[in-house]
Amino acid sequence: MIPGSTPLAETAAKTSRRRHLLDFEGWSRDDVLALLDTTDVMAQVMQRTIKKVPALQGFTIGTLFFEDSTRTRLSFERAARAQSADVISFAAGGSSLSKGESLKDTLRTIDALQADLYVVRHQAAGAPHQIARWTDALVVNAGDGRRAHPTQALLDAYTFRARFEGFDGFAGKRLAIVGDVMHSRVARSNVALWTLLGAEVVLCGPRTLLPAELGQARGVTLTHRVDEALEGAHAVMALRLQHERMTRGLLPSLAEYRQRYQVTRKRMRAAHAGALVMHPGPINRDIELEGALADAPYSVIEAQVANGVPVRMAILYTLLVGSR
Amino acid sequence: MPTPDTLPHGGDAPVPRTVVRGAHLIDAHGDHGLHDLWLRDGRIEGLDLDGAAELEVDASGLLVTPAFIDPHVHLRVPGQEEKEDLASGLGAAVAGGYATVISMANTDPVVDDPAIVRALREGAARLGLARLRPAAALSVGLRGERLADYAALRAAGAVMITDDGIPVADSHLQRRACEYARELGLVIQTHSEDPTLRSDGVMHEGRVSQALGLPGNPAEAESIMVFRDCEIARMTGARVHIAHVSSERGLRVVEWFKEQGTNVTCEVTPHHLTLTDAAWERFDPVFKVAPPLREASDVEALRDGARRAVVDCIGTDHAPHTRAEKDRDALAAPFGLPNIEVAFPLLYTELVLSGELELATLLGLLQGGPARVMGWPEPTLEPGASADVVLLDLERERPVEPATFTSKARFSPWEGRLLRGWPQATLVAGRMAFRRASGAPG
Repeated sequence: MIPGSTPLAETAAKTSRRRHLLDFEGWSRDDVLALLDTTDVMAQVMQRTIKKVPALQGFTIGTLFFEDSTRTRLSFERAARAQSADVISFAAGGSSLSKGESLKDTLRTIDALQADLYVVRHQAAGAPHQIARWTDALVVNAGDGRRAHPTQALLDAYTFRARFEGFDGFAGKRLAIVGDVMHSRVARSNVALWTLLGAEVVLCGPRTLLPAELGQARGVTLTHRVDEALEGAHAVMALRLQHERMTRGLLPSLAEYRQRYQVTRKRMRAAHAGALVMHPGPINRDIELEGALADAPYSVIEAQVANGVPVRMAILYTLLVGSR
Repeated sequence: MPTPDTLPHGGDAPVPRTVVRGAHLIDAHGDHGLHDLWLRDGRIEGLDLDGAAELEVDASGLLVTPAFIDPHVHLRVPGQEEKEDLASGLGAAVAGGYATVISMANTDPVVDDPAIVRALREGAARLGLARLRPAAALSVGLRGERLADYAALRAAGAVMITDDGIPVADSHLQRRACEYARELGLVIQTHSEDPTLRSDGVMHEGRVSQALGLPGNPAEAESIMVFRDCEIARMTGARVHIAHVSSERGLRVVEWFKEQGTNVTCEVTPHHLTLTDAAWERFDPVFKVAPPLREASDVEALRDGARRAVVDCIGTDHAPHTRAEKDRDALAAPFGLPNIEVAFPLLYTELVLSGELELATLLGLLQGGPARVMGWPEPTLEPGASADVVLLDLERERPVEPATFTSKARFSPWEGRLLRGWPQATLVAGRMAFRRASGAPG
């Protein structure tokens, strides 16, 4: 497109968050449910002998990982290639970003490669929003700072829907998230998504890792006691505890954290019958999660990883093709 | 105590005898109505005089008042001229109606050397734009370890001592700086934020920062350090000025000390008076400033403090950066925004026209307020006063257009905002230092 020739209507559409997946602002319950249905179709594709469809042939998807994350990048690239899209990859390590180039200038350079959609991972909250303002391409947030990780939340919700025995909708369901909520984009996105779907979310952690402001959202409650959080929960998500939290004065010791907040088989007895255990990975076994629990039959941690690909296939397909 | 101004402002050429005709005159002594204001040899000569003028300025329909004083600007000289230089920064100042500015010392190299102070003053005097009164560093290299040579810096023309940009973490050093500066009659200005509590915060800590997942900087980081700095002011008797108070609690601490007679003053910025942390919802680092934009209740408290004279003056904290630096992500972008060119129209439109603040109060915060902070004579239009005057158009509305800024930092949080009160001309020491192009829109 010739610069400056963007018609007004298109400019307005460009700023709409619904066109992108930056977070769940502007997404309705029906939008999300339709996406989960599309994911079912994609999951079937991934069961076939030949795991490839031509759905996105001719589209180019750029993965822009300003922050390293091999797992998430591979998951997106698999999702793109399984639909026959071309993939170009950018990783910040060794790029001119380290020489002080602005995010905007970096984006301009990459934009010359004319991708149709960018998958963006960045250590700063809001970087995908900034990029969405500066490009005509679509943007999928693959994790920005502590802010959002919407595809992770979607695969969590999808996994719950697929695996919870006798699933009859999200309304009345209770998700407990335990651990370092303050630094967690996974927690923030799951709060946004599950409350959008009509579920309740209980956030649990020590006061140093659980900002009171997060309890002001509708459908969200906070507690500092893990037994209270797990009481009647249909899904329990333990968050990864970063070791540097100890050095920054947020926690006294791993031993104390384990004792007070570890999700264990014993504590899971308070949860709802058939409750699932989830974890966004990578796991610190025997820290936030009792090691044996990760391998228990009601643990769906491996399914979460496997579902990452069909969920991301559904997102790429819906944004690139579904809306046109 | 003012340093004697030995350098002729704007060069050695004679200053033309000037008459500003049909001016509506207002100064600290009140509203004087319509007059011709005569200026001669850099001073106010008188009203409605006879004789020949070498320069006639038509001020019909304009308000004419003493030009403003800004106790807090970043001119980025020496060493960061890609952000701003003396011509662009002092040009921006006169375009904003300011005749005198105090420049901060957090440059590269730091203004901790008398030769740099002299060079700044000489460079500014040659330009003949706004008058420059440099601040010098509190600690050598802004490292917070050793006191700079205050007496030598003062002799070179420094009028204020501050490590602004970097809070002084060491309370012992702050105490000794205050004790030492007191006997020299220098003002100590403080950037009052507890660096450990502020931590890696890029915005105000609160509901918005938690929702946006950006690291927060709590208001208590300010109020705690304001308390320490006021307590050290009381303890040492030094003339301490608290820069850019941004929070309700910070301002309440200042008020508490003032009630006890402590010799402490404070300033607020145009952005803390008009913007809140909600601006961050677009993730635009143009809103990244230190201290951060706070909540609506804080803005209200600062406005109330301005009304009740708890706030002594407006300091813009004009802090230019390159566009590319502000186009980085929220964590990497630098703190600071340019505002000196829009300060008066912004505050006039948002505070005076909205009925929240009297025009006379706003003018006081820009004229007598900063003068009293510095121990300088109150700017007036009386015969003999320095001929620093600004012509303000309170009627015509025009949008903020960063592309037309004199500052090198051509971006603004108020871009497109329709404002009234734009300076049409600024005279400094009797010379025309700024005149808005007649073809300018609006």
